[in-house]
Amino acid sequence: MYGLGIAKGFLLTMKVFLRKPVTVKYPEQRLKQHPRFRGEEFVWYEERCTGCASCAKYCPLGIIKIVTHPGDQKPLEGGFYDIDVFDIDIGRCMFCGLCVEACPYDALFMGSGFEEGQYRRDDLIITVDRLRAAEKHPSTWFRPQLEDSGYDPHKDSPASWEKVGRENWPFHLSSRPPGPADSDEGAQE
Amino acid sequence: MPSLLEGNALFRGIYCWLAANEGNSGPGPCGEALRDGLLPVGWEWVAFFAAGLGIVMLLINVFLLLVMLYTYMERRLLGRFQARLGPNRTGPFGLLQPVADAIKLLTKEDLVPAGADRLLFNLAPIAMIVPVLLVLAVLPFGENSFLANINVGILFVVAVTSVNTLAMFMAGWASGNRYAMFGGMRAVAQLVSYEVPVVLSIVGILLYTGSLSMVDIVEAQRIPFILLQPLAFFIFIAGSSAEMNRSPFDLVEAESEIVSGYHTEYSGMKFGLFQLAEFGAVLVTSGVMATLFLKGWEGPVLPSHLWFLIKVFFFAFIMIWVRATLPRLRIDQVMDFAWKFLFPLSLINMFVTAVEVLVWEEPTLVQLWAMVGINLLVAVVGIVAFSFVFKRRGLSPSRVTPPLVVVEGD
Amino acid sequence: MPLRTEPITINIGPQHPSTHGVFRLRATFDGEVILDVEPVFGYLHRGSEKLAEERTYTQVITLTDRLDYVSSMINNQAYVLACEKLAGVEAPERGMYLRVIAAELQRIASHLVATGFLINDLGAFATPLMYCFREREKILDLFEMLCGARITVTYMRVGGVFQDAPEDFWPALKTFVKEMPIYLDEYEQLLSENEVLLIRTKGVAILSTETAINGSVSGPVLRSTGYPWDLRKADPYELYDRFDFEIPVGERGDNYDRYKVRISEMRQSIRILEQCMQQIEPGLVKTDVPLLLRPPVGEAYAHVESPKGELGFYVVSDGGVSPYRLKIRAPSFINLTILRELVIGLKLADMIVAFGSIDVNMGEVDR
Repeated sequence: MYGLGIAKGFLLTMKVFLRKPVTVKYPEQRLKQHPRFRGEEFVWYEERCTGCASCAKYCPLGIIKIVTHPGDQKPLEGGFYDIDVFDIDIGRCMFCGLCVEACPYDALFMGSGFEEGQYRRDDLIITVDRLRAAEKHPSTWFRPQLEDSGYDPHKDSPASWEKVGRENWPFHLSSRPPGPADSDEGAQE
Repeated sequence: MPSLLEGNALFRGIYCWLAANEGNSGPGPCGEALRDGLLPVGWEWVAFFAAGLGIVMLLINVFLLLVMLYTYMERRLLGRFQARLGPNRTGPFGLLQPVADAIKLLTKEDLVPAGADRLLFNLAPIAMIVPVLLVLAVLPFGENSFLANINVGILFVVAVTSVNTLAMFMAGWASGNRYAMFGGMRAVAQLVSYEVPVVLSIVGILLYTGSLSMVDIVEAQRIPFILLQPLAFFIFIAGSSAEMNRSPFDLVEAESEIVSGYHTEYSGMKFGLFQLAEFGAVLVTSGVMATLFLKGWEGPVLPSHLWFLIKVFFFAFIMIWVRATLPRLRIDQVMDFAWKFLFPLSLINMFVTAVEVLVWEEPTLVQLWAMVGINLLVAVVGIVAFSFVFKRRGLSPSRVTPPLVVVEGD
Repeated sequence: MPLRTEPITINIGPQHPSTHGVFRLRATFDGEVILDVEPVFGYLHRGSEKLAEERTYTQVITLTDRLDYVSSMINNQAYVLACEKLAGVEAPERGMYLRVIAAELQRIASHLVATGFLINDLGAFATPLMYCFREREKILDLFEMLCGARITVTYMRVGGVFQDAPEDFWPALKTFVKEMPIYLDEYEQLLSENEVLLIRTKGVAILSTETAINGSVSGPVLRSTGYPWDLRKADPYELYDRFDFEIPVGERGDNYDRYKVRISEMRQSIRILEQCMQQIEPGLVKTDVPLLLRPPVGEAYAHVESPKGELGFYVVSDGGVSPYRLKIRAPSFINLTILRELVIGLKLADMIVAFGSIDVNMGEVDR
């Protein structure tokens, strides 16, 4: 009472005043991001994508558009579909990552950036050409094999599809069970 | 016009350049200097006008630049108080931020609401900024540097600054907005109330100095009045932050309650003028405080103008610190604080000072220090005792029950 | 003779600096005194409950993130608990521990936001708010490690959490738990004894226990009236019966008590976090539940203690891939209904503070 409480408050603000500020000058200085950060610019490995469109099916907003045609080899005989269109409208994307979680072949990864601001809405649609040409800095979100290899998308060089590896077990389990992988569950809706 | 502006080199230069001629020699601004002026005899008033205008322009522009610097400083320091950086993108260290703000405000659309009283609406920002600039006229900002050393200087300051009550109410009323109306009403209630303790706190100083002139007050301070009149200083800084709508008395423009009070509807440079007036008021009040309580321009080694600036920014820093720390009071508590706390304290201060001045008519330095001791004791005891009374008697109840009788308008 | 006055009506909101979202109060004033308020909400209605009927059970998790966007983890938790009840699965122990850790971190974050904005409504120029957000950022960093996102987390899944925490999460959590009490002391140093804050909040907007219970109020607002009702104790879900913590209660139910209860709850949450870190053991984090869940026909209700109060999800399944009906019991919405009782007769400034001290989130009110 008698203003002592106020005086204590003044002392605290002065203490903070003399400390270093916690914010940084953003474009020059950056705070550290975790490799798991779910960011923009999805990373897609065409080599591994079969065109099954599981990602499109699991997207809560339906913003992934995939058009395919059968490739040279019949898909039933182990071949892939050829991808004609693979559009991701990140203008509406909420980065929940369900598409990545649904991908049975580890072909789709979350990106790691957050500076994809554009002046026009159309530019926010990531087309298949852009996906092919993009520098591949995949986030380690939901890809434990990548996380175990210690990959950091914010520092390391772009990762090729061989490097990011493929998970062969149901990796929700923290211990690696023996035996081959289960196939994707519930993909035939 | 004696005393006005004389002793100023710039003024003398312009005046003599224009008007000095034989018929004008003698006891004037030019003294005995005999030279051909540009103007014939009988046109000295033009020279006087031009010279005065020149010096006023210089002063106002320097002041506005200082205000810009102050807005930058306030934002940077507030940022540091809040553990962040503050503006740092525009120019080196963000120094050009005020310039960018000004450009933005100048290019914004100037909106006048449909229900507004156009004349008053446009007049209010001007009425707001003029008093702030007028105070500069009597503020001694360096040795022999003042526009006018009028013998009622401090009275002039008090009188002129109370004009902005009117400006705020004009703005609040003319906007035709109920938030603005709230702000205007609060402004009138608060500013008029706080005039009283502020003026009474100055009376103590006047009793010591026996003069209303700002220059005399500075020269009379053998010991800075902040020591000699601690209670008065407390009342003055609290009261004047209420008059400037600074935290914790910023309820005239309480952002979380009434959006931004009386200038809710203003945009563009009119809004800019309000902001300029507010930040300018901080600097001006700091200047008045430095003059009244901290020996004005006087100080060792450094030039007097620099000392004055240092003192001004010291008080400004304290105000920023207060703003960064304290929450806002409620309207009834603000009024309680003025009338039940500051007002009696200022009376006590006045009384004690009067007795001291009566007992020691020509105080020696030892006696002055004795006064310092007595006044400090009075200040501490007074504040503690009144806090106690304030606490025991209780504040106004927060809930008004039963709901007031409302008579609908006919 | 009564003074001849005329009441004036002001629309506070939908766009107003302190309505915490888009909320409108049609208030009638006599001078500064409030004669009547009429809350109008629905400006942020996004139809979450209806949208959920169109989405699979997993996809609905992303919708729950956006209900009370300052406590998404706890929304996730309530929803997946309801789904687990419906599908008859249970998360493995490590998964539950991770959920509790996430939920308690989120509770601290949410209370930090509530405290900061309450003080901001009081008119402190954003300083306590900045301090609160400084610590909230650290919690959000932890969330980024856990699940890659900071606000809209989508962390929990039916049957556990989607993935185990990374290695660097545990040391970071340990540092946080060690540092947080120091920062809480700082807030208390700045606020709890500040006379200006005391005279503004003590004895203002008093809520009685009866009114609170009759109004179905829950959470810190109810506990501030002195009634120790906390679902973590009253109906322990997940692993809350294993932890040792207290339910902080207030004395009078005024604005100050509501602030104080939140500060004390943050300290209790830190205690729970400490115990979690000691008790957690390696193991599975998710049971084998398919991404495309098809629970049997039936219905289930699960509730958790969210930072705002009792958050409940009522899910009805018709055996398909998406819920037949999803009903959300939003604590903010129900707590907001007592605002009128609290503020009539108060001044405008106190109404803003009372509204802030109830701590509603418009995303949850309008759903």
